[in-house]
Amino acid sequence: MELVALFISAILINNFVLHYFLGICPFLGVSKKIDSAFSMGLAVTFVMTITAVITWVINHWILLPNNLEYLQIVSFILVIASLVQLVEMFIRKVSPPLYQAMGIYLPLITTNCAIMGLALLAALKNYSFVETVVFGVGSGIGFTLAIILMAGIREQLDLSDVPEPLKGAGIALIVAGIMALAFLGFSGMIK
Amino acid sequence: MPPRSIGEEFTKGLWHENPIFRQLLGMCPTLAVTNAVINGIAMGLATTFVLIFSSIVVSSIKKLIPNQVRIASYIVVIATFVTMADRFLAAFFPLISKDLGPYVPLIVVNCIILGRQEAFSSKNSVGRSFIDALGMSAGFILALLILSSIREILGAGTFLGHQVLGSWFEPWVIMILPPGAFITLGILIALTFVIEHKIKQRR
Repeated sequence: MELVALFISAILINNFVLHYFLGICPFLGVSKKIDSAFSMGLAVTFVMTITAVITWVINHWILLPNNLEYLQIVSFILVIASLVQLVEMFIRKVSPPLYQAMGIYLPLITTNCAIMGLALLAALKNYSFVETVVFGVGSGIGFTLAIILMAGIREQLDLSDVPEPLKGAGIALIVAGIMALAFLGFSGMIK
Repeated sequence: MPPRSIGEEFTKGLWHENPIFRQLLGMCPTLAVTNAVINGIAMGLATTFVLIFSSIVVSSIKKLIPNQVRIASYIVVIATFVTMADRFLAAFFPLISKDLGPYVPLIVVNCIILGRQEAFSSKNSVGRSFIDALGMSAGFILALLILSSIREILGAGTFLGHQVLGSWFEPWVIMILPPGAFITLGILIALTFVIEHKIKQRR
């Protein structure tokens, strides 16, 4: 039951974009079309899940037993950077259609703070292995949800008359603010 | 393009290439830590430290780094300084460190820092890279200060923890919460567009 609560809260309440402000760059950059937003969300969810597993193993089997917590930042970022490269090569080899769908978004993910944030938050909150995986999948789905909603709104915005200075980033941030406001409504769901 | 003077190299970070308002880089920490002025200042100083030292190191070893692995090398350099900043804050300012939470380690993926290494330090001398890093950091701190002042004053009625608005003022709690961050930054970016437009018209 607690795992279900963790899963739902990662998607709706502690949404990575709208609550933790992680992954804002792709959220603003790749949210002009629903198709590309979906691919980006897919790629992020995929990498997040793998990252959650691998960084947990590194943190609990290598760093913590040897009192090397201060190496977390360096080792996590290196793992994520090499992991993204590996995943990219693997997908290109195994599933060309999937590569077509999320290929160009994969390299961008290395510097996506959502991935690094996931690894750090899971380490900070001392999640068990299963909790970390659930947290990773939930956060990925939460990111996908937020970016798709954003893309849907922005496709409509293209047709509307936005004041000149607000065009681009300005209106996107205000829309995100209103979305965050709406998501605040979920916070009473789980105590 | 003629080479910029040292002064221009510094001031471009404040306005024309301000990392937050003009280049829209480093949005995550900007939005996340500006709920109180003190957090904004701590974040700004930590980022300044990392950016300046990374720029100095990267620009001095730029000839030794093979092109193919440059991004990875930059990240290792940056991560080293981030770890130092993180440990320093945890040791001397445990309260602020706790407030900032994962956002101090997250400086490592702050696009401003990696962006400056790739766009500037890898091509320029140590001196120029230092000035550039100084200017960019000043621009970043300026943006954090503006944003966090607005949010703290309206959201809590305080500035740096001191009461500035009288007891008649009902704090707009929403300003401290995430939506306030998004909306305030959106309006500020629109304002910079308006100001820039006015400046251009006057010329």
